[in-house]
Amino acid sequence: MDEKMIWLTIVLMALVTLIPRLLPVWVLAGRTLPPLVITWLRYVPVAVLAAMLAPVLVLVEDGQRLDLSWSNLYFWISVPTFLVAWKTRSLFLTVITGMGGIALVRLFL
Amino acid sequence: MMIKGNAGGGQSPIISGMLQAMPVVMGYLPIGFAYGVLADQAHLSLFSTVLMSLIVYAGSSQLIAAALFAAGQPMLSIVFTTFVVNLRHLLMSAALAPHLSRWPQWQRLLFAAELTDEAFALHSLQFHKEVPSKGQVFAVNITSQLSWVVGSLLGYVAGTLFTDVEVFGLDYALPAMFVALLILQIQHRNMVIVAVLTGLLSIGLTLLGVTTWAVIIATVIGATIGVVLDAWTKK
Repeated sequence: MDEKMIWLTIVLMALVTLIPRLLPVWVLAGRTLPPLVITWLRYVPVAVLAAMLAPVLVLVEDGQRLDLSWSNLYFWISVPTFLVAWKTRSLFLTVITGMGGIALVRLFL
Repeated sequence: MMIKGNAGGGQSPIISGMLQAMPVVMGYLPIGFAYGVLADQAHLSLFSTVLMSLIVYAGSSQLIAAALFAAGQPMLSIVFTTFVVNLRHLLMSAALAPHLSRWPQWQRLLFAAELTDEAFALHSLQFHKEVPSKGQVFAVNITSQLSWVVGSLLGYVAGTLFTDVEVFGLDYALPAMFVALLILQIQHRNMVIVAVLTGLLSIGLTLLGVTTWAVIIATVIGATIGVVLDAWTKK
């Protein structure tokens, strides 16, 4: 691809990324939504975060295989990470626990 | 750690927003760096590499796009893949929409342009209590994107000199942040059930090979389960 085509590709990528991000805040905001829809939307954050996080923690090889063995650090380090998040409710301490935990285990194994 | 208003410290909303974005910055610098390295290997120009971080600004899809450029994929296939991978933001935008009703359209546009997974996770937590000042909201977004752009730039310049994001556990910054944000979102028992079921569903769908759609399908079903649970438990 020549440089101009690459730029065009990137501009189109930007458009197809922006539209789904923009449409709901542009169209839905300010409207009175049915209570059922509001309830549904309240569950979206929890659901979408769980949906993005869970595969990262338990799947390996680009999501092809379930791995709960000791070699899957992402899963095992998530246990203390979850505990710290739950007990302290601190974003900072949780991130430090996760990163520090992974770094320490890698250093000593 | 959620710094909001912060009467005690007397911080300006801009500073509060920047501090609030720090966990995102810790994750974006190394991952942006990895994207920059990949873009360099894909023979994208420095301009194209940074342009993508500025106007597309969507982590995983940029890494995928760099790989597709490297593989010599045609334009339409790159654009379509980007669309599918980023479609999940539709749900995030819808979830935040009710809180932005008083904002003018152009500010919603600026907000939406920087609505990444991580920005959404931070905002949804806060908006639920009270929408902070616009200065703070945009400070979170701009700080996050700045770290992404700087990371991309450094990665591109460093090229293949240094590609190991695993030192210092940097690769775990974003997963750990998601753990915290997920826990902080949970307000009652039904949400725990929804989180567990949606997570399992997403794992199952990914294993079945529907990787790009797994998050969207699992989220739609998961949130619907939440509505059903609510209706049930209220009776």
